[in-house]
Parts: sequence; structure tokens; C-alpha cells
Amino acid sequence: MTAKPSLFPSVGRVLVYGVLLLAAAFFLLPLYAMLVTSFKDAEEIRTTSLLALPGGLNWSAWSTAWSSACTGVDCNGLRPFFWNSVTMAVPAVLISTLWGALNGYVLSLWKFRGSDVLFGLLLFGVFMPFQVVLLPMSQVLGMLGLSSSITGLVLVHCLAGLAGTTLFFRNYYAAIPKELVNAARMDGANFWQIFWRIVLPLSTPIFMVTLIWQFTNIWNDFLFGVVFSGTESKPITVGLNNLANTSSSVKAYNVDMAAAIIAGLPTMAIYVLAGKFFVRGLTAGAVKG
Amino acid sequence: MASSLEIAGINKRFGNGDKSVEVLRRVDIHVAPGEFLILVGPSGCGKSTLLNIIAGLDDPTEGEVRIGGKNVVGMPPRDRDIAMVFQSYALYPTMSVADNIGFALEMRKMPKAERQKRIDEVAAMLQISHLLDRRPSQLSGGQRQRVAMGRALARQPQLFLFDEPLSNLDAKLRVEMRAEIKRLHQASGITSVYVTHDQVEAMTLGSRIAVMKGGVVQQLGTPDDIYNRPANTYVATFIGSPTMNLLRGAPTGGQFGIQGAALNLAAPASANEVLLGVRPEHLVMQDSAPWRGKVSVVEPTGPDTYVVVDTAAGSVTLRTDAQTRVQPGDAVGLAVEPANAHWFDASSENRLA
Repeated sequence: MTAKPSLFPSVGRVLVYGVLLLAAAFFLLPLYAMLVTSFKDAEEIRTTSLLALPGGLNWSAWSTAWSSACTGVDCNGLRPFFWNSVTMAVPAVLISTLWGALNGYVLSLWKFRGSDVLFGLLLFGVFMPFQVVLLPMSQVLGMLGLSSSITGLVLVHCLAGLAGTTLFFRNYYAAIPKELVNAARMDGANFWQIFWRIVLPLSTPIFMVTLIWQFTNIWNDFLFGVVFSGTESKPITVGLNNLANTSSSVKAYNVDMAAAIIAGLPTMAIYVLAGKFFVRGLTAGAVKG
Repeated sequence: MASSLEIAGINKRFGNGDKSVEVLRRVDIHVAPGEFLILVGPSGCGKSTLLNIIAGLDDPTEGEVRIGGKNVVGMPPRDRDIAMVFQSYALYPTMSVADNIGFALEMRKMPKAERQKRIDEVAAMLQISHLLDRRPSQLSGGQRQRVAMGRALARQPQLFLFDEPLSNLDAKLRVEMRAEIKRLHQASGITSVYVTHDQVEAMTLGSRIAVMKGGVVQQLGTPDDIYNRPANTYVATFIGSPTMNLLRGAPTGGQFGIQGAALNLAAPASANEVLLGVRPEHLVMQDSAPWRGKVSVVEPTGPDTYVVVDTAAGSVTLRTDAQTRVQPGDAVGLAVEPANAHWFDASSENRLA
């Protein structure tokens, strides 16, 4: 039978979509299970299947996770940890991204003797296992008087992320024609004016990519958070870990699930919001003039 | 206000020690105020490097660049008061046309109202007033070219530099913009240096032309000098299309002799072999001429017809008018007026007398 292609999709098409749907379901299933569990009470969790829908939208586990669940001795929920993470991640992401942009600008458009060697050395930073720097870093933070502070964590994340952000911007700026910089130099612009007025406005797509990358890394970081934070500066990943590990007679799966979703929500939000910018930037950011 | 430009003893080498490459050697050019100098040559001849050295985007290894009598080597580009038009136009992609034109003025802290006035004037002069709010990506190639010109003109600098500004345009636009550049130069009177590899641009725009090859200026002179008194065979064949015919022969008994061809031309006194150069328009077909050949190709171009003739002295090209009726295979006679003959030494390739 020779069907019209417009009426019946080909077998290949059906297969492709089938596989894609299966893959999507596979990756979304845990999220679904977490979501439905977070709306159930303890009795419901015990009696119904993991995948069954909850009887109603019961937000009590969410409010417990946010403001009253115990994370060790304190019972203030995730809220203080969440704000610690916000005050840590926002400046760390912005500083490391802008700093990387500046490095990339110098390494691609203001090349100097040895700049390619320097860039090569910088690449080691991308592959450096962070466990290696834990001890020296804690020494440095101690010397700077930043131990156990959020400012210290911001510094650590900036330094740890710098190699990656520099790499992103350096490679993106390598495609900017040198003539553009020369034109601006002839027009009387200096190093900083060229950066702010000409180069940075061209960087939206790579800026969004780096922002997503850095935010995800810094928000989700556990290692630095657990090593370098003090009692008042623990980020949300450490808070979540403490919340889930604080033992009580009955394991409150609904609270654990709500807390885990709260901890993951900002990164998801960034993907949804900035991801759109990213795609738009990719198509509109034609440098060629 | 037009300034003079002196390029004095410029040498430029890239790299160090044994691996260094010499790209400019002893370049000396004096450009008078208001002059339009053309740097022409094949790619890799050093013409763009020389332009970058004048602009301050590159430094010479030795030598001085003097603008209005003042040495500017070592001075950053923004302090030299030079405007430059780039081959790729290099318009700022995220700025409007108006901001592109006004950027240099803004960098020089010109008040906004005055800036706006200047932008409007320049836009009117270049007929791009209706494009001022657009982004460069929304413009055609010719419009981008005009904006790039406007950006340079708005500055009213001491010196204009052009780096092959027309090479990205199609043939028709190129001719249009060429005339436009000439008109703007005549109106502004600003000293200009223009780099091109196109010999027609060189001949039509330049008040003087520097023909370059291998980092050395081969000849510096007016278009008339360059065309009618080329200093060597390189200049002779680089300028002019179709290229000048070159015939090698020995002066025997005061006559130029090539085996099997009688040219009836008095040769210059020379011990060596010589090269006779004849431009295609100076070779004429003459039934009675003793120099005989056979037509191999006929190329009508519209106003002229190019005819390739195989002779015993080699294959030559001549330019005749469109009415000429010859066929491949026809036997023809060729003649050269002695006044139209160029003589070069066959080994040094330099002009004789």
C-alpha cells in the first residue's frame, strides 16, 4: 500500500518519536514520583503505589520542608539554607561570568606574547579535580579571614569556575573579526570602551550559556559547601543532605521529596528562562557585518 | 584641513632572528596635503601592512611616519586623528547606523546636539538619511559601504585610510562607489591613502600610485607615469588590461631582432638582450607590414575587440576597435610605432632610457 506521506507518517518517523517519548518518560518518571509523593501524607505513601496520584493537593509537606523540618539540631526547614545559596550563587555567577568574559576578550582580541601559552595553562584548571585544592584553599581562606563565610564561598566558586568561563568566552570571541576592534581603536575607543560598547553587547548567547553553566555548577555544588561553610553559611545542598539524614522514628518521604524539589527548582527555572534567550541569541547574534 | 604624510625609511619584519620575514623594505613616500595616494600590488606585497603602520595598528621595525610633520610612531591609533574604512566595513553590529557614524564623535566627547547635526549632514551627503535607525545586518552591501564611509567622514580627520573598501561589492556597485569616493575626496580635500589590488581603481582614483611587490615600492608616480613610463617589467605588466606584450630579442646592428620576425625597430644601445614592451592598443594590423602572424583567438568585448596573434616571436595580444573583422586563421601583418615601444633590460627587467 502506498500511503500519501501527508496522511500517514512513515514507519521510521513513528519509531523515532516512539523512542524519544520513551526516553522522555524514563527521565521524567523520577520527577513525577517526587512530585506526587510530596503531596501525599504518610498514610497515603504507605498504602498507595509510588506512581499513584495523590488524593488531593496537600501542601503541608512543602511548608514543613521550607520552614520547620529539622536539619540536625535546628528545625527551621530549608529556608535559611536557600537564602544562603542565593546570596552565594548570584554574586559568584555574575562575577565569574564577567571575569571570564574579560579574560576571553584579552586572550582572543588583545593577544600578547605568551597569551596562547597562558590560555593552554588555564585549560588545566578546567580538568583539575577540586579535591586537590581543598586544603590549600582552606589555608588561603583562613589567611584572608574568610573562613566559614559566604564571601569565602563566593571567592572559591569564582576561582573554581574561572577556567571554564574563560574557555567559553575565549572561543566565542575568537570568531569576532579583528577589524571590528581595529575600527573601534581608530574611532578613539580604549580597551574598556571596546569591551563594554562593542564586545559585550555581542555576547548575549555565550553569556546565557555561561550563566546557565555557572549557576547549575554553583547552586548544585556540595563539596565546597560542606568543606568551607560554617554553621550560618551552609548552602541548600548541605541543608538538604542534613534534612534527609536527620533521623526520626518515621521517614518523612513527602518532606524529603518536597525539599529536594525546592533545592532543584532554581536551576530548573534558570534553564526555562535563560534557555529561551540562549536559542534566540544563537539565531540573532550574527557577528558578520 | 589637509595634512601631509611622510613615510620615511620604513622597514618591517615579522618574527625574530633567522625565522624573521621581511615584509617592507626601505619604503619612502611623501604624500602632499590633499593628495590621494594609491598603494597597489598583489596580495602579500605589504600594502596592507604599510596601511596598518600608518594607522598605528602595527609598528614598523624601523623608520618614521610623520603626519603634518609630526612623527607618530609609537602613538596609539586614537591619538593620530586618522579615519579608516575597512574591507569588511567593520560596522558595529549591535549599534544603529546613526550610532555607528556617531561613535567616534562620542568617544571624542562631542556634545550630543552637535553630534546629531554632524550625523545628519554626513547621512545627507551619502544619501543614507532614511537608514539611520537600522542595524547593519538590515542593510545591503552597498548601504553598508556608505555607512562605513560616513563613519570616516563624520570625523573630519587629518588623514583617510582605505583598505580595499570596494572589493566586497559587485561590479556595478564598485564602479558607482568608486566615483562616489572620488567625489567625496574632491569635496573634502582630506589627504587619503587607498590600498587596492585593482589596477582600474588605482588608475581612476589616484593622484599618485605606488606599485608594490615583495615589500618594495617598484614605482611611485602619477597614473600617467605609471602607465606610459613603467619603471620595470613588473609595473608594465601589472597595470593595463590586457597586459603589455613582452618580446625578448637581441639588438643587432642597431635593429631589434627576433628570429624569423622583422620588426623594423631601432633598438637601444645595449650589450645584453632586451625586452620590447608593447601595449595591446599600440599594436596595429597592417597588411604591408613585414612582421607576419596568424590570428588564433578573437575576443569581442563590446567597445573593443581583443585579437591574439601567433607570430614567430611569440604570441601577442592587440586591442582593435569593434568594427575589425578578422577570423581565427587569418594571416595578418603587425606594426609598432617606435614612440610606443618600451624597452627593458632582459636580465634586470628595468627600463632602458
